[in-house]
Amino acid sequence: MHHRPAAARRPTGPVPLLLLLALALTGCGQDRYPQTALQPLSDFARIGDHIQDQTFYWALGVFILVEGALLYAIFRFRGRPDDPEPAQIHGNTTIEIIWTLIPALILAAIAVPTVKGIFETGMTPSGQLLKIEVIGHQWWWEFRYPEYNLTTANELHIPTGRTVELLQHSNDVVHSFWPPRIAGKRDVFPGRQTRLWFKADSAGLFPGQCAEFCGIQHARMAFQVRASSPEEFDAWVAHMRTLGPRPAAGAQAGDSLKTASAGGTVQGPQAPAQADTARPAADPEYAKGEQLFRAKGCIGCHSLQAVDAPHGLIGPNLANVGAREYIAAGWLKNTDENLEHWIREPQSLKKGVLMPNLGVTADEAKALRAYLRAHK
Amino acid sequence: MATTVLGHEQTLPAHGAKTGLWSWITTVDHKRIGILYGATAFFFFLLGGLEALLIRIQLAKPDNNFLSPEAYNQLFTMHGTSMIFLAIMPLSAMFFNFMIPLQIGARDVAFPRLNAFSYWVFLLGGLYLNVSWLFGAAPDAGWFGYANLTSKQFSPGLNVDFWVIGLQILGVSSLAAAVNFFTTVLNLRAPGMRLMWMPIFTWMSFITQILLLLAFPVITVALILLMFDRFFGTGFYVPAAGGDPLLWQHLFWIFGHPEVYILILPAFGIISEVLPVFSRKPLFGYAAMVFSGIFIAFLGFGVWSHHMFATGMGPIADTYFSLATMLIAIPTGVKIFNWLGTIWGGSLQYKTPLYFALGFIAMFIIGGLSGVMHASPPADLQQTDTYFIVAHFHYVMFGGSIFGLTAGAYYWWPKIFGRMLDEGLGKLHFWLMLIGFNLTFFPMHIVGLLGMPRRTYTYPAALGFDTLNLVETVGAFILMVAFLVFIYNVIKTTRGPRNAPADPWNGATLEWSIPSPPPEWNFGQTPQVHSRDPLWETKRARGGPLPEPSPGTGAGIHIPNPSYWPVVSAIGVTAIFASLMMAHKTGYWGVIVAVSILFFGLYNWLFEKGYSEFTTEH
Repeated sequence: MHHRPAAARRPTGPVPLLLLLALALTGCGQDRYPQTALQPLSDFARIGDHIQDQTFYWALGVFILVEGALLYAIFRFRGRPDDPEPAQIHGNTTIEIIWTLIPALILAAIAVPTVKGIFETGMTPSGQLLKIEVIGHQWWWEFRYPEYNLTTANELHIPTGRTVELLQHSNDVVHSFWPPRIAGKRDVFPGRQTRLWFKADSAGLFPGQCAEFCGIQHARMAFQVRASSPEEFDAWVAHMRTLGPRPAAGAQAGDSLKTASAGGTVQGPQAPAQADTARPAADPEYAKGEQLFRAKGCIGCHSLQAVDAPHGLIGPNLANVGAREYIAAGWLKNTDENLEHWIREPQSLKKGVLMPNLGVTADEAKALRAYLRAHK
Repeated sequence: MATTVLGHEQTLPAHGAKTGLWSWITTVDHKRIGILYGATAFFFFLLGGLEALLIRIQLAKPDNNFLSPEAYNQLFTMHGTSMIFLAIMPLSAMFFNFMIPLQIGARDVAFPRLNAFSYWVFLLGGLYLNVSWLFGAAPDAGWFGYANLTSKQFSPGLNVDFWVIGLQILGVSSLAAAVNFFTTVLNLRAPGMRLMWMPIFTWMSFITQILLLLAFPVITVALILLMFDRFFGTGFYVPAAGGDPLLWQHLFWIFGHPEVYILILPAFGIISEVLPVFSRKPLFGYAAMVFSGIFIAFLGFGVWSHHMFATGMGPIADTYFSLATMLIAIPTGVKIFNWLGTIWGGSLQYKTPLYFALGFIAMFIIGGLSGVMHASPPADLQQTDTYFIVAHFHYVMFGGSIFGLTAGAYYWWPKIFGRMLDEGLGKLHFWLMLIGFNLTFFPMHIVGLLGMPRRTYTYPAALGFDTLNLVETVGAFILMVAFLVFIYNVIKTTRGPRNAPADPWNGATLEWSIPSPPPEWNFGQTPQVHSRDPLWETKRARGGPLPEPSPGTGAGIHIPNPSYWPVVSAIGVTAIFASLMMAHKTGYWGVIVAVSILFFGLYNWLFEKGYSEFTTEH
């Protein structure tokens, strides 16, 4: 059943105990819990996990002793109404000093690794950091890679073995970025930058979600972290670099579009146009979808370019939406059926989402799906 | 003044009827106000429980559509707000009202009409919050109301207005009550009762009043800033206007953390009364209990940012708030060990109040230990805002406060209503509550660490949270049955005879020296106190139980007159806030009318004759 990556294996921890309890209740293995915080896969997450383990064992010890003493007293000192009055003890200074000091010592034992952990997690390591901007939106995530001039949404690509630093802010309300396998939470504020760093040591697709209540669709503001080997990551970057602005679509997106929440003006495309790599040869559905993407106004909120993507758009960047595992901010499987359903009725799938039902017909949804599917 | 015995003054026929609706509206008797607090708070507790059950039905299975996201967000916001401000706090206030004057040998509280005012403001504030349901606009931004989600831009509806205004109204009630009980405890203790001879429940309640007096002004200020942001377009919490949402978090938790101790200290006091009586042994380490309570309250003001480790405050702030938080575990540990020391070597009398008191210790330990687990910021970064935290604070608020308050209800019920609750049903209530509570809240520890965040109206099946959530929902319904058993117990015994003696449990404190229920004037003669456990002392000196006390005639005793001006003033206060909320639609004439009502009420209150001698009716 247990086949964790080698780097995540540790000899101790509340993992076995708690998981055993969970397993007993659910009768299934750890693959059932892809979002678990108990199986850290980065240096940052392991610092907190290690402290959590230590604290848990201290707590367990105290729990057993105190509950044991309580249960003993409950059975041992059972009295009857006609029993003689027990000895009237008002206190005992020695005992009281002892049981003040012992907890103080236990807390000191917890405090030492805690303070060490605070400074370890609080200081960003030096070296070749990959800096990624994380921007929270109601209710999706924008990821920008200044080093590569790339933008994507809801699926964060990171290399293993290299320290990543997230520079976070919000476009609207307070959110919290939480990829449990990779790191603990870091809140995401409007008008204030917060940071989080980690070095992932295992490749894979790991779910995470917003952890600060941010309005009606807080529950469906999820994302995936795709950690891959440095080679695969570099290949992904090289591929994304080809998803540049196209003259027609970019020009029509226009300079005058206003963003819903920030009120700012969308930047027009600045980089030179690149080859339209998304276009498959002579697919009529694709052509129809491309036309609908403008006609239905999709383009007002969604950018299709990974390179030089505009800031402050209301909707997620769709440059590589065809390649993503999930749509609608990390919770709806990216199948043809789901994508068409989402295009037609976002409000019934995710009530209150800023994307309105646009009266897209089934045929139109098919064409839009074909068009978006080609954006990989 | 209220407690002065004067035998020769003119008797005024100022006392109205002793029954009927009007007598309850105009009452200034601390005991009747206590009953009003209890009944109202229990009603809101059931409402909060109903909200919790709807939440649990929605979460029983993944991707459930039982509730819409808006309904869910309103329900979890109102569940938290109601349980804190409309259930646990006023249930504690019920015991402050009924028991503090009796425990210190007083005839009433220091300001009886202010006491009535506090109750009516609380009732109106509670109704005000819940009236929002009728508008389909119940508060929906969480009980913590984090800015800037609460700004007009992101919450344009009336929902957050109801929340802001409702909490402001309730704050008036809490502050007025705190002034009252603070003064009562300091000034109205029976002759001979030193501070360090006060019953421990009165002590913990006294500390709670100080916390209220210091913490509520902070939330009041925070809410006023939010009101200005929403009603007058200021930008205290709006980043685009140069404000900062983080300011709200600091202000809220400077109030919010002491609030936790406001919710738990009265329960500490109740447990510390129940354990000695049913162990037939004095409280172990009385002085340590008093000072640990003071220490907890003091430290409670210096740990607020442990709610905010994920905001990234930096290592220095994290270190301070982490260590200060851990420090609180020491006085809390002292309390738990002293409770164990109290029952150790005792002769435990297994009555229902003792069951709940022992259940309190067993459950509260779990909440305390998980609290130490998230005092460590690197670990808390995973735990915060997950169901692990929901589990933690329910072990403190339910396993602690509610178990403690329930122990108090069974313990003092005979004194308040003159009837014994059924022991069999009481124990059934206990076992159902213990099992239901643990089934509901223990799995939340696990599901939280497995990655389930709080305040989410649903979760996908793929994350594996379904089985544990189903167990939690089953547990919640067992809890519902537990409280139905309690209600049945109340109905059944209320129909039975008045069978409670003055001192059914062999109590140690003054409230057990007078009849059950106590006469309107409480003590026929002001008691003299010579020790910490005055009634045990008297019984020991006499060599056995005391005879049933006679209530006396009350002749010549000064007690306050009933008055309806507190109700009028309370309506004025509520109307001021309500008209302020509607002012952008209706204009400001409503505020002028409301202020006039308040001044009319206060003017008549001030010039009314407040006290008269009790007249016997036969």
